[in-house]
Amino acid sequence: MSNDLDFEGWVCPLPLRDTPTIVMGHGGGGAMSGELIEQLFLPAFGGAARAELGDSAVLEVPAGRLAFSTDSFVVKPMFFPGGCIGDLAVNGTVNDLAMSGATPLYLSTAFILAEGTPITDIGRVAMAIGKAAEVAGVQLVTGDTKVVDSGSGDGIFINTAGIGVIPDGVDISPARAQVGDAVLVSGDIGVHGIAVMSCREGLEFGTTVESDCAPLHGLVADMLATGVDVHVLRDPTRGGVSATLNEIAKASGVGVELVEKDLPIQAEVKDACGLLGLDPLQVANEGKLIAIVAAEDAEEVLAAMRQHPRGAGARRIGTCVAEHPQMVVARTGLGGTRVVDLPIGEQLPRIC
Amino acid sequence: MKYLDEFSDPVLAGKLVEQIHAVTTQPWSMMEVCGGQTHSIIRHGIDQLLPEGVEMIHGPGCPVCVTPLEIIDKALAIAQQPGVIFCSFGDMLRVPGSSEDLFSIKSAGGDVRVVYSPLDALKLARENPDRQVVFFGIGFETTAPANAMTVYQAKKQGIPNFSLLVSHVLVPPAMAAIMDSPKCRVQAFLAAGHVCSVMGTSEYPALTEKYKVPIVVTGFEPLDILEGIRRTVIQLESGRHELENAYSRAVTAEGNLPAMAMLRDVFEVTDRTWRGIGMIPQSGWKLSERYAEYDAEARFSVTDIHTDESALCRSGEVLQGLIKPHECAAFGKECTPRKPLGATMVSSEGACAAYYTYRRLDHLELSETRLVDSR
Repeated sequence: MSNDLDFEGWVCPLPLRDTPTIVMGHGGGGAMSGELIEQLFLPAFGGAARAELGDSAVLEVPAGRLAFSTDSFVVKPMFFPGGCIGDLAVNGTVNDLAMSGATPLYLSTAFILAEGTPITDIGRVAMAIGKAAEVAGVQLVTGDTKVVDSGSGDGIFINTAGIGVIPDGVDISPARAQVGDAVLVSGDIGVHGIAVMSCREGLEFGTTVESDCAPLHGLVADMLATGVDVHVLRDPTRGGVSATLNEIAKASGVGVELVEKDLPIQAEVKDACGLLGLDPLQVANEGKLIAIVAAEDAEEVLAAMRQHPRGAGARRIGTCVAEHPQMVVARTGLGGTRVVDLPIGEQLPRIC
Repeated sequence: MKYLDEFSDPVLAGKLVEQIHAVTTQPWSMMEVCGGQTHSIIRHGIDQLLPEGVEMIHGPGCPVCVTPLEIIDKALAIAQQPGVIFCSFGDMLRVPGSSEDLFSIKSAGGDVRVVYSPLDALKLARENPDRQVVFFGIGFETTAPANAMTVYQAKKQGIPNFSLLVSHVLVPPAMAAIMDSPKCRVQAFLAAGHVCSVMGTSEYPALTEKYKVPIVVTGFEPLDILEGIRRTVIQLESGRHELENAYSRAVTAEGNLPAMAMLRDVFEVTDRTWRGIGMIPQSGWKLSERYAEYDAEARFSVTDIHTDESALCRSGEVLQGLIKPHECAAFGKECTPRKPLGATMVSSEGACAAYYTYRRLDHLELSETRLVDSR
C-alpha cells in the first residue's frame, strides 16, 4: 500500500504538524481531537464520509428488515500484503451484513489509538477505510476516537458497526443447512491468514500471497438474483473454513463431508501451511464466502458466482450428510477420512 | 515456493499401497518414531490404507510430549519472576504443568513471548539489557543445533542477560529403551528423518544388529511414509534387519557436520528424564562446562519444584507404544485439547491430539463428543 498522503496540506493549525505521533490530547475531546477528525479522518475518508459531527447520525432507512452487525479489529501487523487494518475493518463488517443477504448502507468507525502511534500510519489506515467504503458503497456516518497510554494498546484498534437492508423473501441462516445440500466456496482459501503471517515479526517468509480482503455483498446480490433459495451464507474469517462449517453443522444438526482434493488452495498457501504446521482449513479468509444450497441448485449458483470477480474460483467442496451429525469430516487425498476440527484458539506454529 | 505437493500425489500413493499389500503375508507392528510422522499418518488416513494386521505404533518422538513435568514447572516458575522475559516456541504454551501453563502465566501479567527462532530471543536480550531473557530450549536433535548456536552467539557477543532452560533429548537411546522393555511389541522402526538429517545414520546399525529390527529412515509427507512402510515390510517379510535410507533427499550418512560440531561445542550428553517414560541413561544434552553460565536452571532459584502428574493420564504408555490414545479411559472425556491431562493431548505432534483431532469420530460416542465440546 503506497503512502500517498499529503500531510503538508494538513499542517495548520499546529498539532498535526508538531506531534508526528499520537499523544493523549488527541483523545481528550478538545481542540486536538477536533483537528484529528477534521484534518485527518474526514479528508482521508473522502466521499464515503457523511459526518454532521453531532452526537448521533440521523439516517434514512427504507422499509423492510434491517441487518445490524459490529466487529472489532486488532490485526498485527496493521499493514500486510494486499491491505491493512483499515480496509479489513470496513470489509469485515460489510461482509458480516452481506452474509445475511443484506445490502450494507451505513458504517460507524471507532478508533482506539495507542499514544506514540505515528500520525502517518493513522492517515494511511484512514485513507484505506475511505477507499474501501467507497468501493463497498457504504457511508461512514458516525465515529469515535480514544487514545490510550503507551503500552496499553498496540497501535490502532478499530471497531466498525454497520446497518444494511435485507431484500424481501431472503431467509439465510446457519440453521437452514439440510441433508443433501451442496457446500460451495467462492475461491482459494487461507490467503488472508498466510499473507498476514508472512510479514509477522519473527515469521517473515518469502511469498507473493496477498490478502483477499474484499467486500462480498455484490457477489451475494448476484447469487440471490438467480432466484435460488440460498440456505446458508458465511464468510470464513477467523478459524477459517473449518470453524465456519463446524458452526453451521452445530446450528443445523447436519454433518458436513468435505472432499480434500476439491478444496481450492493456492500452492503457495499449501506450502506455507505445510512448513508452519498449519491446516489451511483453519487459516483466516477476508474475501471468501461459504454457501450452502440445495444440490439441484448448486450448478446454477456456481455459474452466477463465477461471473462475478469475487467468485471466479467458486467450486463445490462438499455435501451436508446425515452421518456424523454436527461434525465436519474430510475425505483425504489418499482415500482415508479425518475429522475437521474446530480450532481451539489461535493456531501456533509447531516446534519442528 | 513449492515443496510438498509432489510428495502427496494420490496416484503414486495408490501404487505404493498396492505394493505394500502385495508383499504383506502376515501381521507386522512397526513404530514411527516421530510425532510429525504420527500426525501425517492419522491426518491423511494412511493407517486406514494398510493391509489388515499391519499396525503403526506411535513413538515417543514428540518433543513437547516428552519434556518432563519438572522442567515445565521450572519454566512456569522462571516465567513468573519479575524482570524476566520468557521466550518459547508456540506449542509449549498450552502444555500443562502441575497446576497451570505458560498461557495462564502470560494472562496473569508474566512476560511470556512466542518466538519462532531462539535467535529472536537473543535479539530481545540485546534490546532489553535490564531484563533477563530466557529461552525454553526443548526438542530432539532437530532443534538443538539452533539453540546451541544461540548460546554460542550469546557468549561470543557478550550478552550476559540471556540464558537457556535446557531439556534436549536424543532419539537413538529412546529407541533402545523401547526395545529393552519387556512389553515391547515393536518389530521395526521408521526412523525420524529430520533427526537423521542433523545427526546422520551412524548410530543406527548398532541398533539394527543388537535388537534384530529393521530401521528405515523416513520423511514426513504421505509418499515418504508409504515408502518407509513399504521398505520396512519388505525387510520384515524377508527376515532382514538393516538400516535403509528412504529419505535421501534430506539425509546423508554423515549428517550435518557443522551442526554436529556446534552441538559438541555447546552441549554434552547427560542422563535425561522423559515425561511419561522415566529416566533414560545418556539420552539428553546439557550445557557443557564452557557454557554453564547460560544455564537458566542455575541462574534462577527453581530447585524447590514439586510435581503433580495426573493419576488418570496414561500418556507414558502411549509414548512407549503400549496403548493407543483411545484406549486410555480419560481420552475425550476428562482429557481433551481444551483441558489436557498430559502433553500428548496438547502438542501439535502428540499422538493423543492426532487421534482426538482427526479420529475421534471412530473412537468416541458422538454424545460424549458433544458433551466435551459444549463445556
